[in-house]
Amino acid sequence: MKPGLIIRLVVLALLVAFIVTPTSFAWVFQPLTKNSQPAIYVQNSLLNLTLSHLTIVAIATIASTLLAVGLAILVTRPFGAEFLPLSRSLANIGQTFPPVAVLALAVPVLGFGTAPTLVALFLYGLLPIFENALTGLTTLPPAVTEAARGVGMTDRQRLLGVELPLATPVILAGIRLSVVISVATATIGSTVAASTLGEVIIAGLLSNNIAFIAQGGLVVGVMAVLIYDALSALERVLMARTGQRRLRS
Amino acid sequence: MTDAAIAVPTRSFAVDKLGLLIAALAAIAAFLPFAAFRANRIVLGESKGLLAALPSWEAAILAVLLAAGIAIALLRTPTLWRLGTSLVVLALLFVAIGHAGTFLTPPGDKIARVSPGGGFWLLVFAFALLAADAIARLKLTPWTRIGVLAAVALFFAVLLGSGTLNDLSILREYANRGDTFWREAQTHLALALGSLAAATVAGIPIGVLCQRSDAWRAPVLNVLNAIQTIPSIALFGLLIAPLAWVAANIPGASAVGISGIGAAPAMVALFAYSLLPVVANTVVGLDGVPPAANDAAKGMGMTDWQRLTTVEFPLAFPVILTGIRIVLVQNIGLATIAALIGGGGFGVFVFQGVGQTAMDLVLLGAVPTVALAFAAAVVLDAIVEMVSPKDTRRD
Amino acid sequence: MIEIEALTKDYLELTVVDHVSLTVADGEIAVIVGTSGSGKTTLLRMINRLIEPTSGTVKIDGQYTRAVPAFELRRRIGYAIQGHGLFPHRTVGQNIATVPTLLGWDKGRIAARVDELLELFQLPPAEFRDRMPSELSGGQQQRVGVARALAAEPKLLLMDEPFGALDPIIRAKAQSDLLAIQKRFGTTIVLVTHDMEEAIHLGSRIAVMDKGKLLQYAPPDEIIARPATPFVAELIGTGERPFRLLSLVKVRDLVEPGPAQGEPISADASLRDAYAECLWTGREMLPVVDDDGASIGRIRRDDIAHRAERPQ
Repeated sequence: MKPGLIIRLVVLALLVAFIVTPTSFAWVFQPLTKNSQPAIYVQNSLLNLTLSHLTIVAIATIASTLLAVGLAILVTRPFGAEFLPLSRSLANIGQTFPPVAVLALAVPVLGFGTAPTLVALFLYGLLPIFENALTGLTTLPPAVTEAARGVGMTDRQRLLGVELPLATPVILAGIRLSVVISVATATIGSTVAASTLGEVIIAGLLSNNIAFIAQGGLVVGVMAVLIYDALSALERVLMARTGQRRLRS
Repeated sequence: MTDAAIAVPTRSFAVDKLGLLIAALAAIAAFLPFAAFRANRIVLGESKGLLAALPSWEAAILAVLLAAGIAIALLRTPTLWRLGTSLVVLALLFVAIGHAGTFLTPPGDKIARVSPGGGFWLLVFAFALLAADAIARLKLTPWTRIGVLAAVALFFAVLLGSGTLNDLSILREYANRGDTFWREAQTHLALALGSLAAATVAGIPIGVLCQRSDAWRAPVLNVLNAIQTIPSIALFGLLIAPLAWVAANIPGASAVGISGIGAAPAMVALFAYSLLPVVANTVVGLDGVPPAANDAAKGMGMTDWQRLTTVEFPLAFPVILTGIRIVLVQNIGLATIAALIGGGGFGVFVFQGVGQTAMDLVLLGAVPTVALAFAAAVVLDAIVEMVSPKDTRRD
Repeated sequence: MIEIEALTKDYLELTVVDHVSLTVADGEIAVIVGTSGSGKTTLLRMINRLIEPTSGTVKIDGQYTRAVPAFELRRRIGYAIQGHGLFPHRTVGQNIATVPTLLGWDKGRIAARVDELLELFQLPPAEFRDRMPSELSGGQQQRVGVARALAAEPKLLLMDEPFGALDPIIRAKAQSDLLAIQKRFGTTIVLVTHDMEEAIHLGSRIAVMDKGKLLQYAPPDEIIARPATPFVAELIGTGERPFRLLSLVKVRDLVEPGPAQGEPISADASLRDAYAECLWTGREMLPVVDDDGASIGRIRRDDIAHRAERPQ
């Protein structure tokens, strides 16, 4: 096993241990507290908050992946080609919207709670996935798509057998971006009363308890880094499987 | 058997697909409220359709013009027409919503609120789509794009200055806190631009170092990557502790404004986020310098420094500038979070609004943030295109 | 047999292929040669309907290509292109199996065919079947590309600059492999190239195209001897003409009984090689040997030179 993998596994084990029994780590956070503040956030179970956080991110990401890839397929077929220039610039413009603004603007429509967070994550998550899916589907090696037509594949066979498999690593890179943004934005969702790990941080900010901020921040941060790493590794495997070189340095 | 007829692509179908979409959106908008009226800031609203929200003659004119706009969108009209139509319709919509505010507010009533309804927003969205499509198809030059942006900004400046929109709820909120608004705007810009400047000054040399030395490259980029993945709210929060310690223990630190809460942790966090795009794009830009150009420079006897400043840097510049564009747009958005740790900026209104369930206040913070980010993206995209060599431009 | 009749392709105002008619008999290798922009690739791609013609018809074995859906047509026609176009996410074996799989062959038959082709192209199946295309050299990728085109035993093979990306030594090998395989399967081949040398080497008939028009369609010796237009002559190269003519004839055809001194030459070498050998070693005549090294006579320099004269 490579040292990098061992470190990640140890970090993952520590993270799980902390989430399951946070109070046994109280000594770690004790030095950060003042005036006999509590060292560990106990108003709500950390495990439940983590699961709820991850569930919101997962649902939003799955929904945005399905819609974004579907739309990208649509605008790269002859039928939807008219929408290609527009959709390119929309994906570009859309990503200038700050995720916080998307979240804040979802509240008037949906009220407080998990719903606006879910919708904001879904909407914002669409863009990187859509943009990457477009890139993946429009920058296939011309000789390969040409060969796919030349050997007599139908449109459907080309899409499912050649275009989508080759575009998958690029699409996955978009999903990775989207997930990382979503994990972070879900945290802010606590300001509109979504049940996420942001609750711990906000509680810390409100009561000026740095121990809370640190534990909330650490859990979310470590989780984001681990997810990012896992998805990057998956991408590398897929790249190698599809016989493509990695695009990034 | 003659096949001549079959091979000719059929283009007799003259209805535009995007036009169909716009017509459908407009049809839905017709069933949604154009504006909402509330007797005060927090009670539930009363929906007003287009006909109820405006004096009848004005509503009639707007309806006719909307129909004309949809017709132009539906038919395969020249792109320039479509752009003109969409901009005119959008301008009319904003004037109309202002008039609706005045029309619906009882004279002298200072607490009644009129806000744009779903129908208004959907119409704006539909015609913004038309404008975006036309602009994408026209492949405008960078200067023209900046010009269009300036014209739009001027239009809104005139509209706001003329008081047409003053009876809308978002401007009621503004009227209540005019001074604060501009102060927070300054803070917001200072946070976004200050951290960008610092990240540029620090990031480019780090990028050069990483590109030249394999020993630095992977560790530095990995650490910066990890920082980017830490959620903003967590990073902002985590910086409170060390900065509070600095303020308490380093003589003079608190005198220059460093403290655990406020702008200092926000600035440091934004700086940390900004490093990755600047460093990574510097590395990628320098990596992309053609080896032949570098070889030729070495062959002519340039020193390392001469090569960097006269060959590599100019060639890598567009890519580095792209990194700066990413940072600026990202920072304008992230600076909103600073409000959560007392750092100020437009986020103050967003989070206050969320706390008071006053959505008009949320908009007062969110709308300028989005507008700023959008304008920054348009301007920097244009500049990147201007400094890029012509043959590498995307078509 | 392929019958192309008044085939035309217009892009807006521009006519890329202009009323081209030609017939390729079974088992022939027709090489379409021309400069870039001559319309040669467009002409080729209209045969398997990768490009739909503006007007004109193509018949393959008496059947109009329009009469079947494009994808079915293409499955019956082999297609190999420059840069091979192998699917990077599929193994060598899966790549070669593409068309048989599309046609629904049973697994055993596909596996047997894949191995047969790999053997034929000197790529030992056990070693190469499960490799990814990115793990092959350029020459190997190109061979797999041709093997894939031949997988479903097409009677017709279309090739678009198939050897364009190869270095000269590998290209010469690929060309002789192609000739051997063509002889073995009797496949009809239409090949596009910009290289007149390649056209003369491979073609049983050569079609010269310029600005969308077919200038001449004839066997190589006739193209060399009687170019239809100054452009065709220029494409052959005036200084090259006698040598190109010599390259078409084998030593075997000019051998005479009698002894000669020095290093022998193979009866299968071209007259051009024999002439070069005479000039280089300063000999009047060369001994000629058969495949198995047995002497079968000699060849004289003057006789070769005589064959390089313009035919009447």
